[in-house]
Amino acid sequence: MDAKRRRSWAGWQFVAPFIVVFALVFLAPIAYAIYLSLFRNRLIGGNSFVGLDNYRQALADPNFWSALGRVSLFLVVQVPVMLFLALLVALAIDSGRLYGRDFFRVSIFLPYAVPAVVATMMWGFMYGSRFGLIGNINEALGTSLPDPLEPSWVLASIANIVTWEFVGYNMLIFYSALRTVPGTLYEQAEIDGAGEFRIIRAIKLPAIRGALVVATIFSVIGSFQLFNEPSILQSLAPNAITTYFTPNLYAYSLSFSGQQYNYSATVAILMGVITMVIAYAVQLRGAKER
Amino acid sequence: MTRRRRSPVLTALTGIVLIYSLIPLAWLVINATKTQDGLFTSFGLWFDDGRFALWENIRLTLTYDDGIFLRWLGNTVLYVVAGAGGATFLAVLAGYGLAKFDFPGRRAVFVTVIGAVAVPGTALAVPTFLMFSRLGLTNTPWSVIIPSLITPFGLYLMWTFAAEAIPDEIIEAARVDGASEARTFFTICVPMLAPGIVTVLLFSMVATWNNYFLPLIMLKDPDWYPLTVGLNAWNGQATTAGGTAVFHLVITGSLLTILPLLAAFLLLQRYWQSGLAAGSVKQ
Repeated sequence: MDAKRRRSWAGWQFVAPFIVVFALVFLAPIAYAIYLSLFRNRLIGGNSFVGLDNYRQALADPNFWSALGRVSLFLVVQVPVMLFLALLVALAIDSGRLYGRDFFRVSIFLPYAVPAVVATMMWGFMYGSRFGLIGNINEALGTSLPDPLEPSWVLASIANIVTWEFVGYNMLIFYSALRTVPGTLYEQAEIDGAGEFRIIRAIKLPAIRGALVVATIFSVIGSFQLFNEPSILQSLAPNAITTYFTPNLYAYSLSFSGQQYNYSATVAILMGVITMVIAYAVQLRGAKER
Repeated sequence: MTRRRRSPVLTALTGIVLIYSLIPLAWLVINATKTQDGLFTSFGLWFDDGRFALWENIRLTLTYDDGIFLRWLGNTVLYVVAGAGGATFLAVLAGYGLAKFDFPGRRAVFVTVIGAVAVPGTALAVPTFLMFSRLGLTNTPWSVIIPSLITPFGLYLMWTFAAEAIPDEIIEAARVDGASEARTFFTICVPMLAPGIVTVLLFSMVATWNNYFLPLIMLKDPDWYPLTVGLNAWNGQATTAGGTAVFHLVITGSLLTILPLLAAFLLLQRYWQSGLAAGSVKQ
């Protein structure tokens, strides 16, 4: 299809508007952040060029590493759980064996339309010990379930909120990809005597591998970006959620409560590079296994 | 496909995820009917026997603090119409251009946009804030609208959708008939792209309606807040010195905030799902 097409500048008139705005809201801030990260503002001496000093400082900064470690742990636990759950539900709905298939599909997707602020506040209320569900359950059954907002549980509680928000979204991406498999393929497989699991392994999973890779990349980016949920929960769990709980929370606190714009830009750039490297690795791996 | 036998076991197992998805929403609906006191004294997942305060809560939410909730709702609508509308328009144009034309620099555009997707939006937000503040744009609606105009996911979706939905022959035929590129696009291709356009529009609507971080840092004046930032400000009142806790308003306001999006998704279901399916074909 590509080969037939003439090479001309005509396509630019469609792409140019996007590129202009893109340059303004993506490229310019990145360039500006890189510029900022090379300077330091001192009380005495003002703004001065310091080269890579900010990066050296960040790489030796225990707060930065602890934030990075936390989102990495989040990434390796929450993302597989969420995607696996989404995949199971997508396969179940696609199998045609559910009663009320459409109701399942729409209802499980609904949380995606709920703003992170509302989702976090809802779960925060439910987690809460005063009129929360955990408190209710403990009271009613005489149990002593752990407080979801205590330091050792708060990351898992956040993971639960994020899973709740995005299971349905990922399920729908997988389901949409499954819908594009021609039905005749299944018929042929059945004639050849393939069972349900064989069909899933040999036909369905390969058919949606592109969707799986894209969903994984978006989830990886989402994990490293983690900000809304911890920042909103912070007022409920001030002891458990520090100002450097995630790298983005750290960058935000550095800018808006610490006025350390240069160092904040450095953290943002470092996180951007790390995210890109990992997203790229996921993409490469996804392409290789094809 | 042959008709399959339905399975109660599989339905029950998937039902667990269904319940997980719906319980918080049920909690929200139930608790929007309670008074501030009722929230603390009654069981979370059942109604307060004492009184049913939903209508009063809605009235209070809409009138509290001189009706600022309605102002926030208006702001949110403005940001969604200008931001998500503009984002969809740009994504449709560019997706079509990338899918149907070969032009110098096409590969570079692809690499740049895909690379930029991996840069965390929140990591960009702080530098964007600093840049906008130099340009004098912070604390104006522009600071929220302009960054919302770019949706890399929308571009990706539109691109794969256009590649699939529009045969090259049709564009070729229009050219032979002497139609300009713009005319070909608007009269012939846009109708064929409709399911994709609705899909991108809905997803960028959600992104703008639910946006929190960007307006949080860009806006200082509560008169320009969208609903999300406003609700969180109400929620935070309980912990600030001298502030009154208005949890019942936060909960009712949250319910009112999510209803328009849920309605849009349910009403346009058939449309956006076919768009999503077609968009995810090409890998």
